[in-house]
Amino acid sequence: MEEQDKLLNEVTQREYQYGFYTDIEMDIIEKGLNEDVVRTIWEKKNEPDFMLEFRLNAYRKWLKMEMPDWAYLKIPPIDFQAISYFAAPKKKPQYESLDEVDPELLETFNKLGIPLEEQKHLAGVAVDAVIDSVSVKTTFKETLAEKGIIFCSFSEALQEHPDLVKKYIGMAVPVGDNYFAALNSAVFSDGSFCYIPKGVRCPMELSTYFRINAANTGQFERTLIVADEGSYVSYLEGCTAPMRDENQLHAAVVEIIALDNAEVKYSTVQNWYPGDKDGKGGIYNFVTKRGVCRGVSSKISWTQVETGSAITWKYPSCILLGDNSVGEFYSVALTNHHQQADTGTKMIHIGKNTKSTIVSKGISAGVSDNSYRGLVKVLPGAVNSRNFSQCDSLLMGDKCGAHTFPYIEVGNKSSIVEHEATTSKIGEDQIFYCNQRGISTEDAIGMIVNGYAREVLNKLPMEFAVEAQKLLAISLEGSVG
Amino acid sequence: MLSIKNLCVSIEGKEILNGINLEIKPGEIHAIMGPNGSGKSTLANVLAGREDYEITAGEITYMGEDLMEMAPEDRARKGIFLSFQYPVEIPGVPMVNFLKTAVNEHRKFKGEKPLTAGEFLKVMREKKALVEMDTELTNRSVNEGFSGGEKKKNEIFQMALLEPKLSILDETDSGLDIDALRTVAHGVNALRSKDNATIVVTHYQRLLDYIVPDHVHVLLKGRIVKSAGKELALELEEKGYDWIKKENGEQV
Repeated sequence: MEEQDKLLNEVTQREYQYGFYTDIEMDIIEKGLNEDVVRTIWEKKNEPDFMLEFRLNAYRKWLKMEMPDWAYLKIPPIDFQAISYFAAPKKKPQYESLDEVDPELLETFNKLGIPLEEQKHLAGVAVDAVIDSVSVKTTFKETLAEKGIIFCSFSEALQEHPDLVKKYIGMAVPVGDNYFAALNSAVFSDGSFCYIPKGVRCPMELSTYFRINAANTGQFERTLIVADEGSYVSYLEGCTAPMRDENQLHAAVVEIIALDNAEVKYSTVQNWYPGDKDGKGGIYNFVTKRGVCRGVSSKISWTQVETGSAITWKYPSCILLGDNSVGEFYSVALTNHHQQADTGTKMIHIGKNTKSTIVSKGISAGVSDNSYRGLVKVLPGAVNSRNFSQCDSLLMGDKCGAHTFPYIEVGNKSSIVEHEATTSKIGEDQIFYCNQRGISTEDAIGMIVNGYAREVLNKLPMEFAVEAQKLLAISLEGSVG
Repeated sequence: MLSIKNLCVSIEGKEILNGINLEIKPGEIHAIMGPNGSGKSTLANVLAGREDYEITAGEITYMGEDLMEMAPEDRARKGIFLSFQYPVEIPGVPMVNFLKTAVNEHRKFKGEKPLTAGEFLKVMREKKALVEMDTELTNRSVNEGFSGGEKKKNEIFQMALLEPKLSILDETDSGLDIDALRTVAHGVNALRSKDNATIVVTHYQRLLDYIVPDHVHVLLKGRIVKSAGKELALELEEKGYDWIKKENGEQV
């Protein structure tokens, strides 16, 4: 892994050297943040007028806010004036064939079982004309267009569908929601927009991988998914391949709106660079993800497998506004070496007969710290609501930490909230039992950890689940013995 | 097959085994008997390669190789099988996956092609019949929610799948009712051949009615104090362990 990191590092450094000034059309503005910068971003992106107001409003709110310090995280000071807030997407290094790509990186791809074409895409190999990814994307787009599904970059959406964006942006995550969401709202560069029309069941899993310009959307990414009445979509974010980025700070916002009887399933596998074994480098991931079940009997389900980043601050949440609406959160968060994760969810029950399920599986190894933080809030009007929460922690070795911070507020007498929590250590007995059947310690750990996380992995789309299983095993390599 | 010479083992500085000598040949069944705390389970675990023990003296040769140099998984792949006294549960790991992985690790080690899911299921069906293993059990997670008896059956079922050369049955009879005991013993006997050997570690003679040993050894305070044929087991059943303790100068 070290070698791979070094090579990846070299690659990204190289990209950094050339990326900025070889392309004359490449825009970059001075480092730092002020109203002029926000205005410049809006101008350069040629956005509709309402976006200027949106961005400036967010910026002004951000100025008055403080960086949150309530999470169980040690966050080094971040100099927000040392960041450049606008740069056109940079090119990945281009290779002629996979032979030129770092073999260690390919080895990791193989361990993960990533198909060859996808490997090329991820490693930055020019894809040949026959299986051109663009053509795949075109077919993909056509199929979606037939159904009236809109799936495009956020920039494109602002040009082509400004009314839809205007109607829904900020509905789940208002500009002043929190420090990082405000920052994102002021300066976000691009992201994804998805709209599923009334009664349409999206025939395939939507993945950012298929969206042109999905790569390098930058450190302030924004996603907005709107599921109109009676529609369904399953959306995949991220990939299991190791992702390097020279931007250390990432502050994304994801908003989901589900109208009457609509269902959105949002799955994430996050494997960003976690820093080296001594905790140097690594990405800080401060994400605000929230869905609003606006309509009756609507459903939003978050499934996440988090193995990357040096610091993870992330609470995918559901606001259950519509009567009989359902919110789900299934999470596996793995931390190793010096990683820190403070992650969980918020389920806000507002409508009647609303239901939520939380299953959180934390895995801590090395000297890492892994916290679950969750809020279940049942408002007085949310009669007959139900929540079930299960928070399990698995510890490997005796130098890591697992912490659980559940907050429960119930405002009426007819609702039922259940919370179960367990903490266990990966058993020497279990490992020895596997050893005695001829299974090596490393394979045994992979097996035991995947067994522990099975309930969540089962919620992932099939291929994603297979990769995620391998990812968990790889992420723990060398953590025991 | 197995040769143990002057084996001394301690745990956290306390000596448990104190100069064990034992020779086991292919085709033989050896019973190791003794009162609680005599070191029977320690011996079984040391042979399987459990790490908690410190070997302070002696040597163990298995099929001409120094056993102590081998990792536990390599011992298993080379044919040593331990039927655990307390089989552990591994939640979320289906029995089928676990067993298939184990079987294929053994095959890989022998240079054989791994079994496909279909082939494996066929083998599994055959072996299940041997110990009357319920299909419902193999659909569960490893040992999860198994009764004591089911866990022991499951151990013998795994033994049948892995076809070991040297099987060590650690208190396999404890917690078994008479029917389960018969089934388990039947499985063990069916797997017996002139090429493999079995060590039966037990407190009671009961199991030896069904699995008839060639040699019986009595372990006392970390030493083998008496070795004889199967008749020794009957004598122990009748008279208990006190007379042996007396013979060895212990206060009873």
